[in-house]
Amino acid sequence: MRVTVGKGSCGIAAGASEIWERLRAGLRESGIDCAVAVTGCIGMCYLEPVVNIEDGAETLTFVKVDAGAADEILKRLRGEENDAARYAIRPEDVRLLHSQRRIALRNCGVIDPECIDEYIAREGYAAIETCVRSLTPEAVIEEIKTSGLSGRGGAGFPTWFKWDAARRSPGGPKYIICNADEGDPGAFMDRAVIEGDPHAVIEGMMIAAYAVGSGEGIVYVRAEYPLAIVRLEHALKQARERGLLGDSLFGSGFGFDIRIKAGAGAFVCGEETALIASLEGERGMPRLKPPFPAQKGYRGKPSNINNVETYANVPWILRNGGAAFAAMGTEHSKGTKVFALTGKIAKGGLIEVPMGKTIREIVSGEGGGIKDGKAFKAVQMGGPSGGCIPEALADTQIDYRSLAATGAIMGSGGMVVMDESTCMVDMARFFLDFTCKESCGKCPHCRIGTRRMLEILERVCAGEGREGDIELLEELAGQIRDGSLCQLGMTAPNPVLTTLRYFRHEYEDHIRHKRCTARQCKPLLTYAIDGEKCTGCTLCARQCPGRAITGQVRKPHEIDMSKCVKCGKCADVCRFDAVEVN
Amino acid sequence: MGCGCAERRELSGPALDTALLEPYLAEYKDSEAKGGLIAILQKAQDIYGYLPEELLTYIARRVGVKPAKVMGVVTFYTQFRLKPAGKHLVLLCQGTACHVNGSAEIEGAVRDALGAEEGEITGNGLFTYTNVACLGCCSLSPVMMIGDKTYGGLTKDKAAAILKDIEREETSG
Repeated sequence: MRVTVGKGSCGIAAGASEIWERLRAGLRESGIDCAVAVTGCIGMCYLEPVVNIEDGAETLTFVKVDAGAADEILKRLRGEENDAARYAIRPEDVRLLHSQRRIALRNCGVIDPECIDEYIAREGYAAIETCVRSLTPEAVIEEIKTSGLSGRGGAGFPTWFKWDAARRSPGGPKYIICNADEGDPGAFMDRAVIEGDPHAVIEGMMIAAYAVGSGEGIVYVRAEYPLAIVRLEHALKQARERGLLGDSLFGSGFGFDIRIKAGAGAFVCGEETALIASLEGERGMPRLKPPFPAQKGYRGKPSNINNVETYANVPWILRNGGAAFAAMGTEHSKGTKVFALTGKIAKGGLIEVPMGKTIREIVSGEGGGIKDGKAFKAVQMGGPSGGCIPEALADTQIDYRSLAATGAIMGSGGMVVMDESTCMVDMARFFLDFTCKESCGKCPHCRIGTRRMLEILERVCAGEGREGDIELLEELAGQIRDGSLCQLGMTAPNPVLTTLRYFRHEYEDHIRHKRCTARQCKPLLTYAIDGEKCTGCTLCARQCPGRAITGQVRKPHEIDMSKCVKCGKCADVCRFDAVEVN
Repeated sequence: MGCGCAERRELSGPALDTALLEPYLAEYKDSEAKGGLIAILQKAQDIYGYLPEELLTYIARRVGVKPAKVMGVVTFYTQFRLKPAGKHLVLLCQGTACHVNGSAEIEGAVRDALGAEEGEITGNGLFTYTNVACLGCCSLSPVMMIGDKTYGGLTKDKAAAILKDIEREETSG
């Protein structure tokens, strides 16, 4: 029997560490010899903390486990009468898990990420051994080519092409770099993969190193992911102890080792030339390509850069064959893709599905529909470089080309779902605020242009929009796209352009009618007290920072809109739902 | 990495004990002096809690680059602080999912609870809050991170209560 607790960052935030301690202590007290193991994130973040009991062929899963539930589980383990079944996972949630096709996430939430033997038991490090013992580097690259694997970081560039280019580049030493600087707000696929299955990333990098002819690898991880760094360090240490990293792998004379470089917080470092600059201790600013990193990368040497999910797919492809991977997906996009489902979604979490599923299938299927029964409005894909896809286009297939046709991009896999209470102008303002802050400053169009666009959007959200603002936004967007060097700049206007394309009426409402139908832009809202509901409790009047609310005790109060600062506090504190927001 | 609270040591007076940094200067200097600059700065911030100007000048001299270059790197990355921070660094996630789920209101509640603006130290020296890009716990949004611990599913009251709890622990213990 084996008991596991899902301890990814999200599980821990939901209290998994306390549950783990409680189960351990409980078992120890009862004298039951059963280790409580740790696993990574299974992806069902809305059900955390998750506890599994594996007993022979049977696996029982308990969800939303609190202290009380942990005690019931302990009773069950001791063979006493218990109420643990109440916390068992529901069949519909199990179905959602089985409807996925997990390749990159194959071990996440299943194995203990801190135990190399569990990875090896699931055919871990078998692929690299086969490569080194019986395949030429060219044959490895050919297999990746057959698989159709393309870069999962966002751009979707064919992986084999990068490997081949780095292999053919003269000079050395060559470097294998893993981009784990997952900066897209709303995306956490890479964090979950490193936390849940670090050895898959290491093995993927090893295979790339063998194919390219590199002896040194570097993982560039965001400093905001402390647990991922710890797990990866631990995994590297174990791999070294087993001789899986080092001077001569499997006695072949091929040597490879990996070190970790913690990022220091800059979104633009996800761009490969900026990432290289950051590795070299410089300000992380992109440079013109070509030369591509495959020709002149880290320290001016040929370097191959892929992201975490891309590397995690590689061992599976080598074990099962490129054709098996290519059998999934669509004509132009092969394999599976991991998505982080968040926002106003009922069942937020991490899913992996074959390319070609539609957005609607994912939102209403794996995502369980919209939270609180509200109406599905749009989904933001590809983060600040992507765009909003409206509900009307939700039958769009998930593949690189179909998504690009909508104005959004596949991106790294962040899928932020929005409902009727999300203001699209405010969303555009949010993304411009982000790109404006994260612009490295090299190109004036990006540095100054995003600021000007942000100023316009702030004005519109504050009810001070003017005729001509929409046209000005479009003009600036075109100039920023044409005048920027890197993808961050070129794609920065995308959120504005797509919301203008699909939700132009919301911009017009804000500018012409000073109205925010989603009730998000506070300066555009008006507050009034419903005299019938107000009991005169005076709570709102006491909280009002502008002293705009007056009235006698136990008599209906009134709001003087000329004094109102529109902070919304009255509506928040009212216990009788008497404050009307329009 | 976290905020490095655990390793923080108080500086006594204006003079810095640069000996604490020595092992890291040595570690990164030989193999990759230039490339190691960010790693040295990260260690320095772990040790001293922030990066005072005289320290940057010292690092520049030891690594063999111009102080302006070090300053350029420090101001480029959001992780580096030129001013001291409170004992607990509160990172408020402003990612997309958190934004959609009300992170602006959480910031208001944290600001009110601490009585300090972003980047300032609270009067008792315990807290500094700062807005950060996505912490990657989107499904629990809105979230904040204090030390290495992530708190999810925040409401205004819950955020304030968490801060109060830490303050109580600090003042009683």
